[in-house]
Amino acid sequence: MSRPTDKAGGMSTLSAQSVGQTGAPHARRGESPAQLELSDRVAMFRFMALHRAIEERGLSLYKQGKVVGSFYDGRGQEATCVGATFALGSGDPICPLIRDLGAHLVKGTTPYAILAHYLGRGDGVSRGREGNVHFGEATRGVIGMVSMLADTMVVAVGMALAFKLRGEQRCSLAFFGDGATSVGDWHEAMNFAAVQRVPAIFVLEQNGYAYSTPSALQYAVDPLERAAAYGIAGVGVEGNDVEAVFEVVSAARERALAGGGPTLIAARTMRMHGHGAHDDARYVPAGVLEHWSELDPIALQRARLIAADVDVEAIEAGVTAEVDDATTRALASPLADPATAATGVFAVGEPAVVGYGDAPWSGFR
Amino acid sequence: MTYLEAINDALRLAMRDDERVILLGEDIGELGGAFKATEGLLREFGAARVIDTPIAEEAVIGSAVGAAIVGMRPVCEMQFADFVACAFDQIVNVAGKLHYRLDLAAPIVVRLPSGGGFSGGPYHSQNPEAWFLHSPGLKVLAPSSPEDAKGLLLGAIADPNPVLFLEHKHLYRRIRGDVPEQAYETPFSARTVRDGDELVVIAYGAMVHTALEAIDALPDASIRLLDLRSLAPLDEDAILEAVRACSKVVIVDEANYTCALGAQVSSLIAERAFEHLEGPIVRVATPDVPIPFAPSLEAAVLPSAERIRAACDELLAY
Repeated sequence: MSRPTDKAGGMSTLSAQSVGQTGAPHARRGESPAQLELSDRVAMFRFMALHRAIEERGLSLYKQGKVVGSFYDGRGQEATCVGATFALGSGDPICPLIRDLGAHLVKGTTPYAILAHYLGRGDGVSRGREGNVHFGEATRGVIGMVSMLADTMVVAVGMALAFKLRGEQRCSLAFFGDGATSVGDWHEAMNFAAVQRVPAIFVLEQNGYAYSTPSALQYAVDPLERAAAYGIAGVGVEGNDVEAVFEVVSAARERALAGGGPTLIAARTMRMHGHGAHDDARYVPAGVLEHWSELDPIALQRARLIAADVDVEAIEAGVTAEVDDATTRALASPLADPATAATGVFAVGEPAVVGYGDAPWSGFR
Repeated sequence: MTYLEAINDALRLAMRDDERVILLGEDIGELGGAFKATEGLLREFGAARVIDTPIAEEAVIGSAVGAAIVGMRPVCEMQFADFVACAFDQIVNVAGKLHYRLDLAAPIVVRLPSGGGFSGGPYHSQNPEAWFLHSPGLKVLAPSSPEDAKGLLLGAIADPNPVLFLEHKHLYRRIRGDVPEQAYETPFSARTVRDGDELVVIAYGAMVHTALEAIDALPDASIRLLDLRSLAPLDEDAILEAVRACSKVVIVDEANYTCALGAQVSSLIAERAFEHLEGPIVRVATPDVPIPFAPSLEAAVLPSAERIRAACDELLAY
């Protein structure tokens, strides 16, 4: 794949790139390759297609006024969240962010639960308490995002700290974008994770923008280069290549479980829509989106599967049917019951802890 | 034992009883904390459970939330309550909203050495409880005695919600009392410190002791003293019962006047016990200024026994 010349995406033509640091092993693509079977490559394609199809449907429902509030999607970034989460074990919780719908799907959240959530239905993931991308099924190991950026990175560090303390073979993973790297919590998370050498993976979805602010106004030093300064491993990867993302996250997970500490992964990608449905992204220079549209992550994986004689159209038809069915049922389900609006502020009794989600990679079977 | 020793005792018992209990904070290990509340705990429980953190309050609270949601029971120490401002976002936006948003409990305790009275100045004397009373999903406790400090802290650690635990620095070594040896949990409710039926003084934390001094200076009056102990949840029944019994009420806050807990108590009484009042609701609090350093200035703003006595005296004559 060729790369564009903007700062965020123009670092390298390599699929993965390590940034040096002392004391911890570096991960390079291929150094510790996790094997993907054809069924895995198909599954990742399907998750990406489902991610996009659900968001396309959500956007359509938003434009019809059926989804209220605001709407955000991750078009163009499906490979990063799907590939990264696909590399995780069932007991590895994730902290997804605004562009990471596919991460929820890999962990097992259903299209119906997501669409019902978008629509404020009582049986959506958040039972009407939250909207758009602010949700997460804790029972599946997904910690729903908090709008204050980098907040859940620190939470991920705490989960990893507990795993390390209890000697469990688990790690945590937090996603975030370019803008989050400017917040103090980001530094606190990286530094504390490094000091305690916790099994955490930090995935930067480096799409070049924080809302409308380009990376050049966000940081003077590429965040990936900061990994060395914190004393942790740093790896760059093509964020639109789901298999490459899987591989570097898989290696980061191996390192984390072996006591090698946290890894910062910078996945270079592009946000193909505005920040939200209200944003026409007029600030993105002409040509950038055209360039990145040729690097579409779903098209890339689709071509690979066609070359492997997979019937991708049948998969796509299945995805469409699933989203159609989920939409119909979600629209028919009732809005959240007003009687529940003031309930559940406090926990009562011995609380449930973060649960275990799906881990579809064949390597875990 | 002292109030401080009672806190140390509660932490030790909780850690012995439950492996899930871990401590996070700045200088809490070898040093035993700036006030020695965690003295000896590193030796007994090791660095894996008594974690000296970087100076990063968001990381302390946020990582405690992370550990809590996967099954730990973290107890965080802010070196001074004032520094909780640096962790405000994690407390208010992450911990406090987690259960409502995600059905995920965050059983963390944040210990807050709070309050003034010893020339700590603007950044080491604050009473930040009202910041959190306004934010849903948080419990806020403020013990005044060693016995309550131990029992409320053990109750806080056992509670499945985020609990802010205000331990008044001026009580640490000054206040002693009998404390049961074993572990016990004190309910999150008010306690009548002294009975009376002409007037009730409602206070919490260090102001309970200041109020007692004031009441002792009015030996001819029958004055009740209600120690709230729990600010959220607020023991509304105990407050309303006391007002019904006494008909006159003085509410004392060491915190700054505007929107202090006393304002909420005052509102509660006005809304639900108005017909039982035989005089205006009287509040004594610190005016809306930062807590100054010089003893002469600090004494001029913090509620004193004399100010409380004068307020009671005036209301009794109403």
